[in-house]
Amino acid sequence: MSQIEQTWADAPGLKGWLSTMDHKRVGVRFVVTTLVFFALAGLLAAVMRLQLARADNHLVGPDLYNQLFSVHGTAMMFLFAVPVMEAVALYLIPLMVGTRAVAFPRLNAYGYWLFLFGGVMLFVVFALNIGPEAGWFNYVPLSGPEFSAGKRSDFWAQLITFTEVSALIGAIVIITTAFKMRAPGMTLARMPLFVWAMVVTAFMIVFAMPSVMLASTFLITDRLISTQFYNPAEGGDVLLWQHLFWFFGHPEVYIIFVPALGMISEILPTFARRRVVGYAAMVIALVAIAFLSFGLWVHHMFTTGLPPLGMSFFTAASIMIALPTGLQIFCWIATLATGKRVQFATPLLFVIGFFFIFIIGGLTGVMLGATTLDSQLHDSYFVVAHLHYVLIGGAVFPLFGGFYYWFPKLTGRMLSERAGRWNFWLFFIGFNVAFFPMHILGLQGMPRRVYTYSAASGWENLNLLSTVGAVTIAVSMLVFLVNVVVSVRRRERAPDNPWNASGLEWATSCPPPAYNFMAIPVVNSRTPLWEKEFPVAEVTGLPEILRTTLVTRLHDAEPDHVAILPSPSIWPFLAALATTVMFIGSVFTPWAMVWGAVPVAITLIGWFWPDKEETARMLSIEVKPPEGEARVEALREVLS
Amino acid sequence: MSARSTIDVSRLPTYAFGHRSLMWWATMGMIAIEGTVFAIAIVAYFYLRGLSDAWPPSSAAPDLLYGTLNTVILLVSGIPNHLAARAAEREDLRSVRLWMVSCLALGVAFQAVRALEYLTLNTHWTQNAYGSIVFALLTLHTVHMITDFIDTAVLTVLMFTGPLSGRRYVDVNENADYWWFVVAAWIPIYFTIYLVPRFFP
Amino acid sequence: MNHEVLAPGGPLSSQIAQLFWIFVGVAAVVYLVVIGFLVAALRRRNEANARTAVRAVSVAVGITSVILLGLGLSDFFAQRVIAASPKDPLRVRVTAHQWWWEIEYSDGQPSRRVRTANELRIPTQRPVELELTADDVIHSFWVPSLQGKKDLLPGYTTRLDLVASRPGVYEGQCAEFCGFQHAHMSIDVIALDPEEYSRWYDAQLASAPEPSDPVALHGREVFMGSTCVMCHNIQGTDASGSVGPDLTHVAGRRRLAAGTLPNTPVNLAGWIRDPQAVKPGTRMPATQLSGEDLAALTTYLSELR
Repeated sequence: MSQIEQTWADAPGLKGWLSTMDHKRVGVRFVVTTLVFFALAGLLAAVMRLQLARADNHLVGPDLYNQLFSVHGTAMMFLFAVPVMEAVALYLIPLMVGTRAVAFPRLNAYGYWLFLFGGVMLFVVFALNIGPEAGWFNYVPLSGPEFSAGKRSDFWAQLITFTEVSALIGAIVIITTAFKMRAPGMTLARMPLFVWAMVVTAFMIVFAMPSVMLASTFLITDRLISTQFYNPAEGGDVLLWQHLFWFFGHPEVYIIFVPALGMISEILPTFARRRVVGYAAMVIALVAIAFLSFGLWVHHMFTTGLPPLGMSFFTAASIMIALPTGLQIFCWIATLATGKRVQFATPLLFVIGFFFIFIIGGLTGVMLGATTLDSQLHDSYFVVAHLHYVLIGGAVFPLFGGFYYWFPKLTGRMLSERAGRWNFWLFFIGFNVAFFPMHILGLQGMPRRVYTYSAASGWENLNLLSTVGAVTIAVSMLVFLVNVVVSVRRRERAPDNPWNASGLEWATSCPPPAYNFMAIPVVNSRTPLWEKEFPVAEVTGLPEILRTTLVTRLHDAEPDHVAILPSPSIWPFLAALATTVMFIGSVFTPWAMVWGAVPVAITLIGWFWPDKEETARMLSIEVKPPEGEARVEALREVLS
Repeated sequence: MSARSTIDVSRLPTYAFGHRSLMWWATMGMIAIEGTVFAIAIVAYFYLRGLSDAWPPSSAAPDLLYGTLNTVILLVSGIPNHLAARAAEREDLRSVRLWMVSCLALGVAFQAVRALEYLTLNTHWTQNAYGSIVFALLTLHTVHMITDFIDTAVLTVLMFTGPLSGRRYVDVNENADYWWFVVAAWIPIYFTIYLVPRFFP
Repeated sequence: MNHEVLAPGGPLSSQIAQLFWIFVGVAAVVYLVVIGFLVAALRRRNEANARTAVRAVSVAVGITSVILLGLGLSDFFAQRVIAASPKDPLRVRVTAHQWWWEIEYSDGQPSRRVRTANELRIPTQRPVELELTADDVIHSFWVPSLQGKKDLLPGYTTRLDLVASRPGVYEGQCAEFCGFQHAHMSIDVIALDPEEYSRWYDAQLASAPEPSDPVALHGREVFMGSTCVMCHNIQGTDASGSVGPDLTHVAGRRRLAAGTLPNTPVNLAGWIRDPQAVKPGTRMPATQLSGEDLAALTTYLSELR
C-alpha cells in the first residue's frame, strides 16, 4: 500500500465502519438510510390508499389512519426528501470540486448518526402505536397539551430537533467545502451547477430551520412545563405556530426542490452533449428562488382570515417564483435544442419525466397561490395532488435520474437499462394514475386527511383508480430495488466516465479511492473533462503522513493553505448516542436537558481533544502562516 | 501523468487565521444559525406583544438592575476576549492563557448575575405568553452563554496541558469570535426584555 | 353532486369557478406549448442556433411574466369583489366543536335568536354573513358549491359570506384536520325561498312541541331522567345543557351527527344506543336503556320538528 492509501484507509471491521470519516462511505449509508425511510413511508401510504379505495371502509380506523398520514408526511419530508439531497451532495461535492474530503469529516459523520437515531425513534414509536397523529405540520391547539394526550406530539417535535440539527450540520459542511476546498482554477463561475444548487440550499437551511426549531421547542414547553405560547386564553396565539412553522415550511419545499434542479443541470447537458445554456442566468435563478421562497409562507394561511392587502402581497410573491423556475426550464430546453443529437438513457428519461410532471405541479401551484382560488382548493385533495406533482415530479424523478446517473460512480457498476425503463414507465404511469384524479376529487369537495368518506359523496371511483396507481408505484419501486441489488453484484465493471460527462467526479475511478484523486487537478473550464487537455496541471507536495488537502480562496480558487483533516474517530458516533439520550429523555422530563448534557459534553470533549501522537505528526509537517506567505504569493504568480 | 505541469504546495502554511480557515466558516455558520434563532424569537416577542392590550399583561416589567449589570459585565468581557484573539494570532501562549482565564472569570460572574436576573423578572413562564417569551429569550441566551463558557474552559485547559500545535491557536481565535457573538446577541435581547416593556409599553 | 367547486350555486362560487377556468385554460395552453418545445428539442436532428435559443429563452421569460402578471391581477380583482362586505346581510354565528357545528342566528332581540346545529338554513338571494369561531381546535367551514372556505380558530372571529341563488341542499365538510372524527364533520346548507325561510325561522323560534301520545311522553321522561340533559338543550323543557347540539327541532334536520347518518328514527336509535360504533371517539357516550325506553325516546325526539 502506498503512503496515501495507508493514511486514508479505514480500520477493518465494525470499528472501521463506526469510525469512518470518509464522506463517500458516510454518504452511501446516508443515502441508503433515507431510501429505507422512503420505502417505509411509502408502505404507509399504500395502506392509506387501500383504506380509501372503498367508501366507508373498515380496513383502518381513525386512530391508525391519523398516525399513518402523519408519519407518512413527517417521514417523507424530514427523513427522506431533505436528507437524501444532502446525502447525495455530501457524497458528490468533494468529487465535483476536486478535493479529498468534506471540510468537517467528523461533524459530517455525527450529522448522519443523529439523523439515523431520530428516524429510528419515529418508527419505533409508530410501531408501538404512539406515533404522532396530528399531521406532518402538527397544528396547535390539536397538537397542544389540551387536545393531544400522551407523548405523540412530543415525539414529533423531537424528531424535528434530530433532523433539523442534522440538516444544519450538513449545510455548514456543504457551504464550507464548496467555498473553500475547490480545485485550483475552479472559480465560482466554473463551479458545477449542482454545487451551486447545494450551496443555495444550504443557505436556505441555515435561515429556515431555526424557525421550526423554535416552533417545536415552544410546543414541547407548552406541553411539558406549561408555557403559554399557543394558548389564546393566556395571551398566546394559535396562528403563531402557523407563522413559525410555515416560515420554515415554505423554504423547506424549495430546500427539497433546488437540489433536484441542480441534478438536472448535471444530467441533462451530458445527454445533450453540450454545456448548459445560460449558466449565469441559471445561477441567478437559483438564488432568486431561494430569496423568494422566504416571502411566500403566508400562502399556507390564506383561509385564516388575515387582512386582504397582506395576502395580496403573498399572492404576488407566490406567483412570481414561477419566473426563475420557468427560466431554468427554458434554459434546459434550449440546451437540448442546441446540443448534438440527444442520447437517450434512463437518467435522461427520469429528467424528461420531471418536465411532464413537475410543470403540471407548478401550474396548479400558481392556482393555489391565487387567494381567490385557494379559498376553494386549500386543504382539499387538490392540494394533495399539487404537492405530490411538485415533490415527486420536481424532486423524486430527478433524484432517480441521479441514482441511475451516479450509480456507476458509487458502486463501479451500471444499473440495468432495461430494468431502468420498466422502473421509469411504471413509476410515471402509476404516479399519474394515482395523483391526477386527486385534482378532481378536490374540486368535488373531498377534504384532506379523512380516514373515510360516504358512498353518497360520489368519490369512490376516483379513489379506487388512485389506489390502482399507488400500487403501480409500489411495483416500480420493487423493480428499482431488484435492479440495484442485482446490478451491484455484477461482474462487469463500469468505466471511469460511462456517460462521457464533463465534471470532475468522472475524472477518478468508479468507485473512487478513499482519497478521491491521485492528484488534485487544476482546471480552467466549466467542463474540464470536455477540454482537449485534462487536467491542465496537477497539485503536488501535499503531505501524505496525515490526511491533508488544499484550501483555496473563495472567489478565485487560488491555493491558500494546506488543511490537515481529522483522522477516523468513534467519538462522533458516541456523541450522537449521547445526544439521542438527551433528546429522547427530554420528551419525558425537562431535566433530561441538564443531566443529558453531561455525556454529551464528555463525548464532545473526547471528539475535540487532540491526540498526542497525531499532534506530533502535525508538528513535524507544520508550516506557520508567516513562513508560508511567501510561498503562497509565489504560487499565485505562477498561476496567473 | 509525468509530463503534466505541476503546482507544488509543499511549503504552504498548514493552517491560517480568520476567514481563510475552515474553522472560521463553521463558526460563522453557527453564528448565522443561532443569530436567526434569536432574531425569530425576538420577532415572536413583538408578535405576541402586538396581540396584547397591555404589555406586560399583568405583571411589573423586569427589574433593570441585574440585567443592566450583566450587560456591563458582558461588554467588559469583550476586552480580554479581544486580547485573547490577538494573542492567538501572535501565537503568544502566555498571553493566550492569561486572557482566556480572565474571560472565564468574567463568565463566572456573569452566570451568577444571570441567576439573579431570573429571580427578578417579575413573571413566570407559566403565567402567560408574555412570561413564556421572556423566559424563552433569556434562556436562549443563557444556554449559549453556558455552552460558550464550557467550550472556552475546555480550550483554556488544553492551552495549559497541551498537546499543542499551531491549529490550536486558530481554535482560540474562533472561540473568541463566538464569544463576540454571545456578547453582541445580548444587546437586542436586553433591549427587548428590559427596555421595551418599560419605555414602550 | 351538491358539493362541487365547479357546480356553483351562487354568485360568489360562480366568480371563483370562472376564475378557475381562466387559470386552467391558460395553464393548459402553457403546458402544451412548453411540452411541445421540449419534445421538438428532443427529436430534432440538427443543432439549433445558440443565439436563437437564447433569444427564445428571453422571449419565453417575457411572455411568462406577462401571463403571471395577468393571472395575478385577475385574482386580485376577483378577490376584491368576493371580499366586499355585503349590504344588510343575514348574520349567523357558527362555533365549531370537535366534531359538530353550533349555529346561532343573530338578532337584536335575544328572543328572536334561533339556535341549532349542523344544518344552516338560509334564504335564497340574500347575503349571509357567518361569524366563525372555534371552541377547541382549528376547523374550517367549506361548502364548495357556495363559497371558498374559512378557518374557525380559537381566540379569533373570522368572517365568511354565502349567497345561494336557488333553493337546494348544499353539502360541505370541515376542511382543517381537527382530530379523530374530522372525516365525519359535515354541514348542510339548505337554501329556501324567502317566504319558506321565514316560515321555517318562525317555527324554529317556537319551543319544542308537546309529546303527542303516551309513548312520546314516556320518551320525554326518559330524556329528562338520563344523562341527555347534561349536554343537550330542548327549548321549553328543563333540559338546558350546552355541551352538545341543541335538540329542540332535531327531527327537522336532514342528517345526524354532523352528516354521519341520514336522519331516520332507526339511525337515531342506533346513534343513541352506541355513538361510538358509528363515530368512534365522539364526545357522546353510549346510553344504557331498555329496548322499550329507547323506542319511546326515539319516538319523542322524532316529533321535535
